Amino acid sequence: MKGAGRAAWVLLAPALLLIGFFFLLPVAAAAILSFTDFDIYAVGDPANTRWIGLANYATLLGQPVFWRALANTCYFALVGGPLSVLVALGAALMVNARVVRYKSLFRTIYFAPFVTTLVAVALVWRYLYHPQYGLLNYVLGAIGLGPIDWLGDPRWAMPAIIGLAVWKNFGYSMLILIAGLQSIPQELYEAAELDGAGGWTRFRYVTLPLLRPALVFVGVITTIGYLQLFAEPYVMTQGGPLRSTTSLVLLMYEEAFRWWRIGYGSAIAFVLFVIVLVATLLQLRLQRGESA
Amino acid sequence: MSPRASAGLGLLALCAVLVGCGRPAPPKAETIQFWALGREGEAVEPLVREFERQHPGIRVRLQQIPFSAAHEKLLTAYMGDAVPDVAQLGNTWVAELTVLDALERLDSHVASSSSVDSADYFPGIWQTNLIHDGLYGIPWYVDTRVIFYRTDLLARAGFPAMPATWPDWVAAMRSLKQLAGGHRYPIFLPTNEWAQPVIFGMQAGSPILKDGDRYGAFADSAFRRGFEFYVGLFRDGFAPPLGANDIGNVYQEFARGTFAMWITGPWNIGQMRAQLPPEVQEQWGTAPLPGPDGDSSRVSFAGGSSLVLFRRSRHAAAAWQLIEFLSRPDQQVRFYELTGDLPARRSAWTRSGLATDRYARAFWEQLQRVRPLPKVPEWELIATRVLEYAELSIRGRTPPDAALGRLDREVDRSLAKRRWVLGRVP
Repeated sequence: MKGAGRAAWVLLAPALLLIGFFFLLPVAAAAILSFTDFDIYAVGDPANTRWIGLANYATLLGQPVFWRALANTCYFALVGGPLSVLVALGAALMVNARVVRYKSLFRTIYFAPFVTTLVAVALVWRYLYHPQYGLLNYVLGAIGLGPIDWLGDPRWAMPAIIGLAVWKNFGYSMLILIAGLQSIPQELYEAAELDGAGGWTRFRYVTLPLLRPALVFVGVITTIGYLQLFAEPYVMTQGGPLRSTTSLVLLMYEEAFRWWRIGYGSAIAFVLFVIVLVATLLQLRLQRGESA
Repeated sequence: MSPRASAGLGLLALCAVLVGCGRPAPPKAETIQFWALGREGEAVEPLVREFERQHPGIRVRLQQIPFSAAHEKLLTAYMGDAVPDVAQLGNTWVAELTVLDALERLDSHVASSSSVDSADYFPGIWQTNLIHDGLYGIPWYVDTRVIFYRTDLLARAGFPAMPATWPDWVAAMRSLKQLAGGHRYPIFLPTNEWAQPVIFGMQAGSPILKDGDRYGAFADSAFRRGFEFYVGLFRDGFAPPLGANDIGNVYQEFARGTFAMWITGPWNIGQMRAQLPPEVQEQWGTAPLPGPDGDSSRVSFAGGSSLVLFRRSRHAAAAWQLIEFLSRPDQQVRFYELTGDLPARRSAWTRSGLATDRYARAFWEQLQRVRPLPKVPEWELIATRVLEYAELSIRGRTPPDAALGRLDREVDRSLAKRRWVLGRVP
């Protein structure tokens, strides 16, 4: 037994070493940094570092911009996340429907945005959203709706970002949901049909319950990803206008790598870590509660 | 290969070795690393090659770095011990790198130099590189803000020349507004630029920061006067509350008369010449900024880039020669011709005729009255905060007084570490 244990450790060692060195060590270092005021002065002379305990966290919680970023991030995750899953579900049902032809073509088209480079498509979407010459306002104008300053108006900037993110990301969730749909035994649908169940009833009582594991997985992955919103506002709005698209990660990036307040930036990273952890546990609990 | 042939080759090789030994070995070339940013990084190439021709013992490895990545790259290079020998640096970054003690003091180099003459530089520009009485950079090219305006529109409003004082300027904007109406504006002040509110504050006499750059001076009366003037231009409908990215093609709109004046920098001389349609080419001009209290208040900020020497350089002498070469008036003129960047040396201006050039003349006048921005590593952060609070006031979310009070508190908090560090050093 002892020999087997040792063998297991030896076999695991390379992976554990790598994880320890490249994952646990930086996380521990960041945790320590978040209790200091490590910044540009400390880079010049390490003696300029002070141990300040929880002061970074206290400052952070007292900053309106932090709450703004937190609210923006939640807005994005809570609206964008479910929207992504819904769009993905709709697309998956459509692509999987028996009557639809050219299934693989549609699957490819819907999946394509996911594998594009975000920075490039974000620039293209900037053109679509252009207040004067953008395609979107052109279409709105054609049906008699006033022009909207998509990225310049604090009320519309976040919905605009959500639009891009949903378009960019739903393809991946769609693929997983398609796999989930295809694993539902056909006999169940036939049995339900014999019992006189219509389309909606079959969806509600056969598809949805059996798709739940896939939906939960997609929901968790999407939420975690969306809580880490960064590149879309970084490229499209730089967090503006009036900070309406500043996310927690964008705030962290600004503090740590633009202003070199690395201690403070680390504190933001840990707050985000706790939020992601709580959100994930909550979703997993939700699933267990419902299936029990 | 036959034995005879290989013997012949061997003999040849032997001869080559002997001949080689007979002569003194050529001096080993010294290689220096030079980082230049953005467009300047590309344009400086021929100057660097010319330098190599004139200094056969020195090779220059020129690395071009995009402006947007330069700040992070310089700091990470410092941490990773991979800094170059010479670099181009935005004037406002010099303070940050001196905090890291990364830059070589240049006072003694300049004192013994036959070509770099501090008196030939614009005084305000030269001061940007003086930190705690030490000189840490040689200005390479300069930048500041002036007014670009439509001469025809201003003349129609009854102002054949650009006004020199705030009251006259406002009067001009008022009559422009009456003439234009609708979606036309007297002036364009991009709301995504901190330069304009900061300049108006400077003009009203604000030091921007006070007590040895330990605290913000934004809520003090001088800055408040400039800030209220700035916000007033939006409130009175003289300036549209738009950023540079919100307006589409700025040159097209300027040509259409969507706005008659625009506070911007020297790169737009070339842009205007290239982008404006022919019928507008005779209808625009440049002018130094008006001021609130006479000519001495008509100031703007001292911007541009400098050349710096890194302390860790092992080729300091050769690197300094490159800085000297690029600072020569003839090379400054050549660099202007290649880039359109305005030279830092006044003799380069007079020699090239720039000082009397129709469009550059306004910059020549303005550069005699430029002031450095606060020389603290936190400046970029502070400038961003100014921008945020200015935007809040422009959009009517926060009245100027409250915005400036909050701005000061936030700036003071950002400078807390600086105060502590300054307190530590005896």
